[in-house]
Amino acid sequence: MVMSSLKLQDLIEEIRGAKTQAQEREVIQKECAHIRASFRDGDPLHRHRQLAKLLYVHMLGYPAHFGQMECLKLIASPRFIDKRVGYLGAMLLLDERQDAHLLITNSIKNDLNQGIQAVQGLALCTLSTMGSAEMCRDLATEVEKLLLERSPYVRKKAVLTAVHMIRKVPELSDTFLPVCAKLLHERHHGVLLGTITLITELCERSPAALKHFRKVVPQLVQILRTLVTTGFSTEHSISGVSDPFLQVQILRLLRILGRNHEESSESMNDLLAQVLAVNILGRFLLNSDKNIRYVALTSLLRLVQSDHSAVQRHRPTVVECLREPDASLSRRALELSLALVNSSNVRAMTQELQGFLESCPLDLRADCASGILLAAERFAPTKRWHIDTILRVLTMAGSHVRDDAVANLTQLIGGAQELHAYSVRRLYSALAQDISQQPLVQVAAWCIGEYGDLLLEGSCEETEPLQVEEEEVLALLERVLQSHMSLPATRGYALTALMKLSTRLRGDNNRIRQVVSIYGSCLDVELQQRAVEYNTLFRKYDHMRAAILEKMPLVDRGGPQADEEVKESKEATHLLEPAPVPTEPQASKLLDLLDLLDGPSEDSQQPPPVDPSPEGTLIHLLDLPCAPLAPAPIPNLKVFEREGLQLNLSFVRPPGTPTLLLITATATNASEGDVTHFICQAAVPKSFQLQLQAPSGDTVPAQGGLPVTQVLRILNPNKAPLRLKLRLTYNHYGRSVQEIFEVNNLPVEAWQ
Amino acid sequence: MKGRSEEPWPGGSMRFMLLFSRQGKLRLQKWYLATSDKERKKMVRELMQVVLARKPKMCSFLEWRDLKVVYKRYASLYFCCAIEGQDNELITLELIHRYVELLDKYFGSVCELDIIFNFEKAYFILDEFLMGGDVQDTSKKSVLKAIEQADLLQEEDESPRSVLEEMGLA
Repeated sequence: MVMSSLKLQDLIEEIRGAKTQAQEREVIQKECAHIRASFRDGDPLHRHRQLAKLLYVHMLGYPAHFGQMECLKLIASPRFIDKRVGYLGAMLLLDERQDAHLLITNSIKNDLNQGIQAVQGLALCTLSTMGSAEMCRDLATEVEKLLLERSPYVRKKAVLTAVHMIRKVPELSDTFLPVCAKLLHERHHGVLLGTITLITELCERSPAALKHFRKVVPQLVQILRTLVTTGFSTEHSISGVSDPFLQVQILRLLRILGRNHEESSESMNDLLAQVLAVNILGRFLLNSDKNIRYVALTSLLRLVQSDHSAVQRHRPTVVECLREPDASLSRRALELSLALVNSSNVRAMTQELQGFLESCPLDLRADCASGILLAAERFAPTKRWHIDTILRVLTMAGSHVRDDAVANLTQLIGGAQELHAYSVRRLYSALAQDISQQPLVQVAAWCIGEYGDLLLEGSCEETEPLQVEEEEVLALLERVLQSHMSLPATRGYALTALMKLSTRLRGDNNRIRQVVSIYGSCLDVELQQRAVEYNTLFRKYDHMRAAILEKMPLVDRGGPQADEEVKESKEATHLLEPAPVPTEPQASKLLDLLDLLDGPSEDSQQPPPVDPSPEGTLIHLLDLPCAPLAPAPIPNLKVFEREGLQLNLSFVRPPGTPTLLLITATATNASEGDVTHFICQAAVPKSFQLQLQAPSGDTVPAQGGLPVTQVLRILNPNKAPLRLKLRLTYNHYGRSVQEIFEVNNLPVEAWQ
Repeated sequence: MKGRSEEPWPGGSMRFMLLFSRQGKLRLQKWYLATSDKERKKMVRELMQVVLARKPKMCSFLEWRDLKVVYKRYASLYFCCAIEGQDNELITLELIHRYVELLDKYFGSVCELDIIFNFEKAYFILDEFLMGGDVQDTSKKSVLKAIEQADLLQEEDESPRSVLEEMGLA
């Protein structure tokens, strides 16, 4: 009994006529009720119409699961119209997550075996869209047979179904590999295209297949050559290019086959020179079509690793692309520009990049700033230029630079004695203008504290004559201290700088003493502690003050930042959220020293005060922060155990390199089965640098066989709490295992 | 040192294709991977927002999640494909254009309404052109002929004769 339900087109009409979401919902609910009823006891001849309507509302976002069984019924029907809609329904409503999906396997099998090619086509198409691994295993033989069918219509679909099957069930590669050689002789473009896709899939998944197919390189080259050189064939051409889809696919396969294989590459070279041309890429950069520009930039970026000088030729054009308003293009241009910086063009490029930094979209700003700083570090022609560049970047994009920029800059300035006066003046001017950019403020405060005397005395030839009064300097630092924009770390810098100035300036120190004593009751515990200690320095140890606040010796820092570190920190961010890292100011080394003096805070367990005595003892005290204590051994940590396989971590902090931590990961196997293909990967938060050295092996033999060890080098310049995430993959007892976990209970000695 | 996981994606290079209007109404969705309805709706919603925010003169490629999205607007409809990171964007653009040409030939100067009212046909045509996300046949003629024949088969089902014998396909 069919109720008065709408035809598909009328339903669509009515849905579109609905003025509100509620109205639409009403129409659809009403219709779905009809559809349900019709499924139950309606005319089977019209079932396909009902399902079609259901599929339409499903696309609008409404539930349609009650149609799943109807798909099965329609597929099993002998009528083509039923199968057409039924299979469509299966592709839209059924996937491997539903148990019901397996029920169509039998119907598909039948349809593959009966002789009507349109029906075979439907079945193959459905199989390749939603076929689960199980279905693929069951139907592999059928598909294999169809690869040899007379009709190219069926063959072309069978080949692509085979591709899907291999993706789902890699073991089926063995079934489909043998027939490829024959299929390569195809004349039909569709079958040939499918075959190339199939071979590509096989090669990507198995090194043995890759080796096997290297011998067809000459054949592929021949096919491609024919395509490129034959005349115009309208049927397969696009804009005068013969079958670009096929050409692209062949090129892709050739690339895979030729990789790292001299012989294959040789046989391709000639042809490829015809088809591609690096020089043309430069012309593409000037093309008015943005899509072409995008692809040109991407291709050049890939090329710049292998053929740097060729790409350098296009540098001016690349830099032009920085001005693109289109974010996709300017991002690519930025990456490429950074890759093109070298010692001869660094000044010009940095200028361009700084120009870009001023106006670039926010999400690119961090990358741009980091890129400029990295390039400056690698290629700076002079120290002064380097300092200037960092200064400019900090002024323009201070909040976007990486955490270690402050440490790097103070290190740099500290080491350039001839530039102390210059730096402190420039920084003072910058600070006077803007106290909001935290990294800049921190560096400036540190410099003013250290070199305040140079700021006030006479002139420096390299900058404009700057007359600065003592009171102005103090006022500025006080402003920083009081500003709500200043981070706690920044205020720490400012307070310490003020303190240092007490010995650098000539006037009396009343103002400084006042500020210091006010902050003795500051709510921020860190500031309070400093202030209290400085206060004590004024009150009780005034005679030591000058010596303690002397200019700092140059602090040793870890090796130069290399590209590696940037790559690794990028990789690390994928596994772990960046932990908030407080920047540790250089002045804390001073605090370590002050800890040894008696402070009034009740909780402190500081060692008893040292007797005020001649210079000898004082010099000894000053040495202390630089001479590290002998490290106590850090306890080992068992981090993983499964079925007899255990992973232990041991920690070493080599003396003399306080920021370095060496972790040795040891994998032992007490079980009865060997552990093979063992790979351990690690990730750390953004501010750390991680280097995994090569493991001792990848097999841990059973019953306590020789363990696999691997060393992780971790640099922790900010002394942040260590977080470590590990990923283990291995085979054990015939199964492949993957474990990802974060290591808990890391001993604090690993980073403090 | 091996960085983050580099497992081969167990599917093809194209993850899905979407057609949607300027107002954000979905007109066709073809998924080449198994995802839950809920997850699909979320992805569609998100991607639509991103694409609809693009300005007219911008290039057709953008990065979204870990995929590349290739899109083109034809009149009131956006055609959108999500492909793997290392895949060829320009050929995907050609692919989209080829699909539009097929629709155009089939419907005769196709417009959005054709696709709305004949959505199942749009799917049938797509399924003759792509399979599992890969191109089946690079000849427009060949694809259109296959659709034509299937349509004939379908019509004959309404009549009692055994058309299959008539067409010599049995």
